[in-house]
Amino acid sequence: MSATPLKREVYLLSRIDLPDSHTLSVYKANGGYQALEKVLTGGFTPAQVIQLVKDSGLRGRGGAGFSTGLKWSFMPDVAKDARPRYLAVNADESEPGTCKDRVLMEKDPHGLIEGILVACYAMRVKTAYVYVRGEYRLSYERVAAAVQEARAAGLIGQKILGTDFACDIWMHKGAGAYICGEETGLMESLEGKRGHPRPKPPFPAGSGLWKSPTTVNNVETLCNVPFVITRGAEWFKSLGTPKSPGNILIGISGHVERPGVYELPLGISARSVLEECAGGVWKGRTLKAWIPGGSSTGLLPGAKIDVAMDHDSIREAGSMLGTGAMIMLDETACTVRAMQVISRFYDHESCGQCSQCREGTQWLAQIFARLERGQGRMEDIELLSSLANGMAPAKTICALADAAAIPTHAIVKNFRAELEEHVRLGRCPLGSAHEAAELEEAHA
Amino acid sequence: MSERPQLPERLRAEFSELLTHYPERQAALIPALHRCQEELGGWLTPDTLEALAEFFGLEPVEVFGVASFYPMFQLRPVGKHMVAVCHNIACELRGAEDVLREACRVTGAKPGQPSSDGRFSVMRVECQGACTAAPMLVLDGVFHENLATADVARVLGSVR
Ligand SMILES: Cc1cc2nc3c(=O)[nH]c(=O)nc-3n(C[C@H](O)[C@H](O)[C@H](O)COP(=O)(O)O)c2cc1C
Repeated sequence: MSATPLKREVYLLSRIDLPDSHTLSVYKANGGYQALEKVLTGGFTPAQVIQLVKDSGLRGRGGAGFSTGLKWSFMPDVAKDARPRYLAVNADESEPGTCKDRVLMEKDPHGLIEGILVACYAMRVKTAYVYVRGEYRLSYERVAAAVQEARAAGLIGQKILGTDFACDIWMHKGAGAYICGEETGLMESLEGKRGHPRPKPPFPAGSGLWKSPTTVNNVETLCNVPFVITRGAEWFKSLGTPKSPGNILIGISGHVERPGVYELPLGISARSVLEECAGGVWKGRTLKAWIPGGSSTGLLPGAKIDVAMDHDSIREAGSMLGTGAMIMLDETACTVRAMQVISRFYDHESCGQCSQCREGTQWLAQIFARLERGQGRMEDIELLSSLANGMAPAKTICALADAAAIPTHAIVKNFRAELEEHVRLGRCPLGSAHEAAELEEAHA
Repeated sequence: MSERPQLPERLRAEFSELLTHYPERQAALIPALHRCQEELGGWLTPDTLEALAEFFGLEPVEVFGVASFYPMFQLRPVGKHMVAVCHNIACELRGAEDVLREACRVTGAKPGQPSSDGRFSVMRVECQGACTAAPMLVLDGVFHENLATADVARVLGSVR
């Protein structure tokens, strides 16, 4: 961990406690739409905006951590490519543990809209779609209302702020499928189809929505953009770590005293998120295991909590930053039950296109379920590993198979003794295999 | 001979406006499926799917193919009120199964099937994005978070 303490400064969530923070007047009274004004009337070319975002080192907050400025630069040159071009805003937020984009959309929807407008200016996009997961009713309503307000105020539509910049933003509601958060699944879904991810290449910048150049960005990523514009790349890099600059919204859930979404510099120690923000493990218990970045990042032992929450440090610790959604398990929790629940999710959400994923997720779910019920065999542990090896990496159209395989490898590596104990005892040592099975069968 | 089912005029008008948001017609299908489910009885009947197919210039089976992909679309009759209980990891760790059991007890429904009085359907659902306010349930689209098992009867009682 870095020797110098990380600078603490809240910006993403700086407005959310203001009354009516979701309205245009409150947003404007607190610095809103200054970034848009700066790029539109301050003589910034689109290329300069992209350069600024590149220089800031901003990395996508949707899970993969790809450089935002670099991604924007992949959009083809308008002089050579006359096709319409699109921005798809990924507000599908469905990775278990993750509930941070929701805070931004409910409490600061104009921040998102401003980020969208700056992104569209930079990429010369005239149409953006905000793909909101169907279950997020309040998020949808708040962003939709903010779009209307902004349109009425001349911030969306033609001649924005009296300039030649024109941009429309449309709301679009998903219908409850995790796979539609994967960027090409999202595009298929936006086109009104089943959310089946597309093989890459072609990449979205070359052929995305309706075969046109498209960029997909996460909500939190875009919400960072106005701050990068108004405060500059150097300011942004003064937060976080050199390779993972800026702040990140960390949601911490599970067995803690104060679950919540906290804005912290990248590189913050996981222990301080747990202890200072979340008030420690609940009920005075000890930490048995934790997930650093949503259900598709591997479970780590509780003893490995002195890790910095940035892309590289968590990878070194054997997991991934993912969406920064920390899920904490206390000493009474069963990691096999946790994997039963997580593998059931991937089985449910696999779109079924690739056999490795369709069959693999189903097998993983069945094996974790039988291990948890005490009906597993020792060979099942090897079988879990070999199935996961058959699914990923890079064996399927999209990374959902990886998302199921990664936590499977992690439990075999980090909690093998607990798997073995389930087999030896013929039951869950913690007695957590409750009557759930009965209710699950009724649902099937 | 039965007439081909038609969408109500107000929905046709609404969907015609929706079409202007997209370069291609089919893009409005999923939003339209949502609106039909909301307005036409809580689930998508074969007639509704056929009417949508006609509106969008698709085969009914294509519309069914899309609708059946998405868990939020109901293709079988449901109770008057929809109760969705998240059973994913963050909720599981804080008592989701107890909430689910209590929701079933209070409504008399089994997960996935409408109660015999037709008032409620109780569904197991995947993560709803309320992980830091777990456990939770969704009643007719509205999130009820930070639930104790004892709260479930009161929450469901609000629509009884
Ligand atoms: C199975 C799967 C599910 C995903 N779900 C989401 C999601 O809900 N929200 C999101 O922003 N990104 C999600 N992603 C990542 C997107 O594919 C994409 O990388 C991201 O939206 C890019 O935005 P960013 O560069 O701003 O992070 C998912 C990826 C996979 C493989």
